Amino acid sequence: MTNSTLDLPKRPWRQRYHVAAIGWTLVLGVLLVLSSLMTGANLGTFLSNIDQFLALLVQMSHPAWSYLHVILQPLYETIQMAILGTTIGAVLAVPFALLAASNLVGNRLLRGLIRFFLDLVRTLPDLLLAAIFVAVFGIGSTAGVITLAIFSFGMVSKLFYEVIETIDMGPLEALKSVGATKVTMIWYAVLPQILNQFVSYFLYTLEINVRASTVLGYLGAGGIGVYLQRSLGEFNYSATAVIILATLVVVLVIDGISNHLRRVLL
Amino acid sequence: MQATATAPIIAFHHVNKIYANGTVGLKDIDFQIPRGQFLVVVGLSGAGKSTLLRTINRMHEISSGEIRIDDAPIGAYKGKALRQLRCHIGMIFQNFNLVNRASVERNVLSGLVGYYPTWKCILGLFSAADKQRAVQALKRVSLTPKIFTRADELSGGQQQRVAIARTLMQDPKIILADEPVASLDPRTTKDVMDTLQRLNREDGITVIVNLHSVALARQYADRIIGLRAGELVYDQPIDNVTTADLDRIYQTN
Repeated sequence: MTNSTLDLPKRPWRQRYHVAAIGWTLVLGVLLVLSSLMTGANLGTFLSNIDQFLALLVQMSHPAWSYLHVILQPLYETIQMAILGTTIGAVLAVPFALLAASNLVGNRLLRGLIRFFLDLVRTLPDLLLAAIFVAVFGIGSTAGVITLAIFSFGMVSKLFYEVIETIDMGPLEALKSVGATKVTMIWYAVLPQILNQFVSYFLYTLEINVRASTVLGYLGAGGIGVYLQRSLGEFNYSATAVIILATLVVVLVIDGISNHLRRVLL
Repeated sequence: MQATATAPIIAFHHVNKIYANGTVGLKDIDFQIPRGQFLVVVGLSGAGKSTLLRTINRMHEISSGEIRIDDAPIGAYKGKALRQLRCHIGMIFQNFNLVNRASVERNVLSGLVGYYPTWKCILGLFSAADKQRAVQALKRVSLTPKIFTRADELSGGQQQRVAIARTLMQDPKIILADEPVASLDPRTTKDVMDTLQRLNREDGITVIVNLHSVALARQYADRIIGLRAGELVYDQPIDNVTTADLDRIYQTN
């Protein structure tokens, strides 16, 4: 059957030959090659040094399980830091996310200011924050918690307001029509719609924070990172392997809880 | 039905509505609705039916003219006064607009939030008497057994009846229904329309319904008005309505 018998409109050639998709792929490819050339990143270097990398892997493949009892306490501290930081950040993020959502706040200026502030917070690298707070509060988990709180706040507020922008506006209209105040409208019509996604994003952030806090420990922000740095400094790769595996277990557990809660709450 | 000779409950005086993009929503609408009437608004999609309905509870603002409810102009209401106005006007939607993840009871009680201070709404501190009223409201729409079910587990017709129960909690003197049966099958359509008719006849609530179906309009209305491109082009008591009249409203030019 040809187009004429079906009376279909003619497709423009741009659409027929997928010009946009092919074009963008080419552009991305060229950019990739160019950035590799300009930064001097070279796959050859990686390949020629691969034996060292393999040697390291071999050492790591014999985890020193006796090291486990040393790291349990700091691992526990890491989880506490992550939970505390994520919770503080996420709770603070809720009002900002509500104010940044275009379907709830009509005032463009207010929305713009809030979003600018959130962009600003997200721009600050967590390592920089950790360095600052270690300088302010001294070495220890306080600096870590505050860093994680700010980092989570920036990330979660964006995720939250994007969720809010996808809600069904019908219940909001109904609540408005019965004479509800703004706060009541949000409580009755917005929160029930977003709660389970909030929980799942919260847990996702928690998972990221567990990993992030291992790195933050490098800067003296407490937790298991201190031990990670120590083991690497001592070229004790079998201990490093234990730390990585222990962190993996924590991340897997959080992931499991997250999946379970999402099923229950849906 | 109550006497219709008294002062109108709603009066439109030369109401115009022009949207920000220049589209004309309503054009010189001028008519009155007597207390206790079952009024059906017909017209093509985009003729301004929804807009007309939503100007009555100020969900949409008008550009010029005046709307009076119980002889009080509603245009200047703000904040609390506006919420008070909406308290007494029930609204029913095509898509039911229930909070899907909440229980039927909570959805019904949400009809009361205009009567309670915000903090009590948030803590869910509704009085025992009001919780009893919620049961009564569900009884009137024959859904008492579903009180603790989640709203999204109900069928479309049941959801619309929950929405009606929510409206009943408001103790409304007016019910606005925007295409209440457009997403329902014929049987549940009859359920919902019958319920609206009962509220109109038994409680004397003024009911204004937007409908697409000419047959339904003729079956339930006391009076039919027709809109075309934002203008009131037809207005007759049901006894004078002919099918030919209604067909004309639906003609495109």
